[in-house]
Amino acid sequence: MPYIELPVGVPGIRGPMVFSPETARPLNELVNVLLQANAHHPDSTLSEGERELIATYVSAKNDCFYCQTIHGAVASHHLGDEDWSLVRSVKDDYLNAAVSSKLKALLTVAGSVQQGGKNVTAEQIDLARTEGATDRDIHDTVLIAAAFCMFNRYVDGLATVAPVNNPDFYRNRAAIISTNGYAATDIT
Amino acid sequence: MPHIQLNNDAPGIRSLVLYRPDTGQPLYELAQALLRAGSPGSTLVDAERELIAAYVSSRNCTDFCQNSHAAAARFLYGDNQSIVDQVLTDVDTASLSPKMKALLSIAEHVQTDARTVSTELVETARQYGATDGDVHDTVLIAASFCMYNRYVDGLATLTPADPAAYMAMGERMGTLGYVIPQSGRTNQA
Repeated sequence: MPYIELPVGVPGIRGPMVFSPETARPLNELVNVLLQANAHHPDSTLSEGERELIATYVSAKNDCFYCQTIHGAVASHHLGDEDWSLVRSVKDDYLNAAVSSKLKALLTVAGSVQQGGKNVTAEQIDLARTEGATDRDIHDTVLIAAAFCMFNRYVDGLATVAPVNNPDFYRNRAAIISTNGYAATDIT
Repeated sequence: MPHIQLNNDAPGIRSLVLYRPDTGQPLYELAQALLRAGSPGSTLVDAERELIAAYVSSRNCTDFCQNSHAAAARFLYGDNQSIVDQVLTDVDTASLSPKMKALLSIAEHVQTDARTVSTELVETARQYGATDGDVHDTVLIAASFCMYNRYVDGLATLTPADPAAYMAMGERMGTLGYVIPQSGRTNQA
């Protein structure tokens, strides 16, 4: 049960977002810019699906059930990963997953950010660059990883609720997010 | 030296939001909403919000955020500014209200591992007068500084060594709040 009084039937981060609309607005804007809009910038080489994989990977490392499940579902939606096997392989062992060498190098950077920003090394950045990452990709990877260290803590620190054993809930929500973007108010 | 080419010589997060105003705008709006406005029903004053931010940043060992938010907290506490350094040295012995001590304990758990925040910790804060809004804001301030700190450190931004630079920042943050810096004033603290 959540530690504060949240609207009933609104799972995960959307509960506290309804509770506090003034903070929800910039939080949603941040993910819309980072996970969606920037995928279409000319200097970006990271697709929406790859950005969602970074978010999912960090959320899994933080053991946040709601975030890793919803962002995993959104990643799968973008990447045609019907049975979620690609997302599972990235969470379990990304170095051997069927993703590009560039994304693997960026996931290493994201993993360092999750442990603490000072863990990112010049060697990790150089490797990502060698594999084709732009400065913009590196920036977005660090900020996506950092942002999910916030979102995960927000969701778990208030003990929000999340549907379990209900993959269709996340699949349906993922389809809505992919079309409409992130917003707290379109309760499904 | 920063890991990527930021094209300005501003310190800390200011260099990042000058480089990328598209993400900088929501990051500054979030700071303003959390560290100034506060959510419905919250009783925390600005100085207390800055203190939570400085405390979490010190636990994450991010000197830029710790020093700048500690400076803002000192400015806002005014005559009581010694509270800030007491908290950064040892929360238990600081001359701070039991409510703030209980909220800092929640912030500490959010910083370490948010899954360890417990009903007991929240109940203690409530007994000392914390509202739902206070608990919400404490959790999100602590969580958001686990982002800001990682963003600033993860890209190896510039951290001024001169304490005077932070005093100026603290006064600006305490008076103007969080206003996104404009290009052309890149070397201002």
